[in-house]
Amino acid sequence: MGQYVLRRLLIAVPSLLGISLVLYTVLALAPGDPFGELSTNPNVPPEVAAALRASFGLDDPIYLRYLHWLVAMAHGDWGFSFVSRMNVDSLILQRLPTTLYVIGSAQLLALSVAIPVGVYAATKPYSIFDQIANTLAFIGFSLPTFFTGLLFILVFSVKLDWLPFVYTTDVKGTGIHWALEQLRQAIMPVMVLGLFQAASMTRFVRSAMLDVIRLDYVTTARAKGLGQTRVIVKHVMRNAMIPVVTLIALQMPAVFGGAIVTEQIFRIPGIGSLLISSILSNDTPVVMAVTFVFACLVVFFNLIADVLYGWLDPRISLR
Amino acid sequence: MAGLTLASRSVERRGYSPWRETWRRYRRHKLAVISAVLLLVLAAAVIFGPFVWRIPINEIDFTARLEGPSLAHPFGTDDLGQDILARMIYGGRISLAVGLAAMAVSVIVGTLIGALAGMSRGALGHALMWLTDLFLSLPQLPLLLLLIYLFRDGLKAAFGPEGGIFILIVLVIGGLRWMPVARLVRAQFLSLREKEFVEAARALGASPVRQVVRHILPNAVGPVIIAGTIDVAAAIIAESTLSFLGLGFPPDTPTWGRLLYDAKDYLDIAAHWAIFPGGAIFIAVVAINFIGDGLRDALDARRVI
Repeated sequence: MGQYVLRRLLIAVPSLLGISLVLYTVLALAPGDPFGELSTNPNVPPEVAAALRASFGLDDPIYLRYLHWLVAMAHGDWGFSFVSRMNVDSLILQRLPTTLYVIGSAQLLALSVAIPVGVYAATKPYSIFDQIANTLAFIGFSLPTFFTGLLFILVFSVKLDWLPFVYTTDVKGTGIHWALEQLRQAIMPVMVLGLFQAASMTRFVRSAMLDVIRLDYVTTARAKGLGQTRVIVKHVMRNAMIPVVTLIALQMPAVFGGAIVTEQIFRIPGIGSLLISSILSNDTPVVMAVTFVFACLVVFFNLIADVLYGWLDPRISLR
Repeated sequence: MAGLTLASRSVERRGYSPWRETWRRYRRHKLAVISAVLLLVLAAAVIFGPFVWRIPINEIDFTARLEGPSLAHPFGTDDLGQDILARMIYGGRISLAVGLAAMAVSVIVGTLIGALAGMSRGALGHALMWLTDLFLSLPQLPLLLLLIYLFRDGLKAAFGPEGGIFILIVLVIGGLRWMPVARLVRAQFLSLREKEFVEAARALGASPVRQVVRHILPNAVGPVIIAGTIDVAAAIIAESTLSFLGLGFPPDTPTWGRLLYDAKDYLDIAAHWAIFPGGAIFIAVVAINFIGDGLRDALDARRVI
């Protein structure tokens, strides 16, 4: 298992390099000087501008520039934000926990909805429950997050006035009141993101369960006299989760897309809203760095999925 | 007697064609049929709407600001008193056009790469699949935003504000969504290229291009059609997302996403402004997804209906 994890880690490195190459090519191909803002922005002293140009090596040949950039990124030297007037890495580190908190809770919510519903629907295929679940799932992943977000605000904040629609980091109050307020303001973003995820996951879980439930070893387990719960949970689910893990990992880029939208709607100070605001204010180092962080997160979650995969199906880690 | 059987069989066979069979199977999926009708109505509304509903999209009327639905303005008005129905008809044209064009890009790129990877037996196939996997692990929305951020001004200067952004959005959305098509096409090609009928074509001296175009591709087209249908929906969502973030079409182009972006600060006093465009996006997307589902049932020859 340890060897398998190590091998997966080594595979993640080339894909990170590939992604960084794609990002850098995009930046290099862009028409005009992406740092042109420097010379016109009065907030940036000329020597800072010159140092930045040098740190990005704007006058070297392209492959050297890429290598320089890569080395700088690897050293944690991610540049300087013109707008926030601080180093990009500390800016991102400040914002990242909020994003991970929202995405993580949304994934947990999605799993805790999708697995029971998908499993139950698969044990009674084409029943009323299955049909309702299927239709709801279909509607769920056809509703774009920005529209559900607005609908949630409209219903729960404007009409019912139950939940706040602006997320704040400095919640007033202390102790239990503070914790409750934190939970309350996270409910809507997490619901929007989590239910969207749950919709597609339910379909994955259901079809994976249906594939496994027909296999002979399940009939054997039933013939041995095991109860329905035991057969489903211990025998069917464990094998059905293997393809589901892969499908969830493939969904990760979409999850981050949804997170950007959700953060923008509810004004959550995470890296998604940082990306939007820095695009609107032409803050190139931040835009590049945040995009790269998103790419790293996707690779990281794929890695986790691979490790889970090896744990669920030991044959894979032995290969 | 034998002649009679032959004759009756040919009468029975006259009505048979693969497309007619697909249609027969498609009709079984009630929701898919309803969705197809709904989508046709929506398409007809945005294509012919401006000839019937003649209020200009930018007619400002401060006496009718933020009004709810009424006879004069069935979908209400926005903060400048502009008619939301007229703006939605215009925006719908863009949303549907972006969806179709981006689907065309992703299907063409995906089919080309999938076909190349499926036909080559050497390093090229592996390299192309590595590329596909790399693109699959790219964070799509951030990259989409980055590309638009970097290339927006250049294309705007070259093709005008609306044309430039249209080309950019279509190319970028299509260029980030070809991977599922490429994988499907490759998988089909890997099995089809070993089939006897392809071997027969090869034995008769058909060039690789002819083998692909005449023999393999027509048999691999089913999954591509399904994936292409879903891609239209995904592209519409992607375009609306960009507009919703304020980074899509220019502010005076009322795409459905842009209408939502403008409406989101007036939710408490003018909810209709957000609900109608959002509902339009939802109806278009859910209809296309159901059509895809129906096509999946209809085109999967192994499934007995």
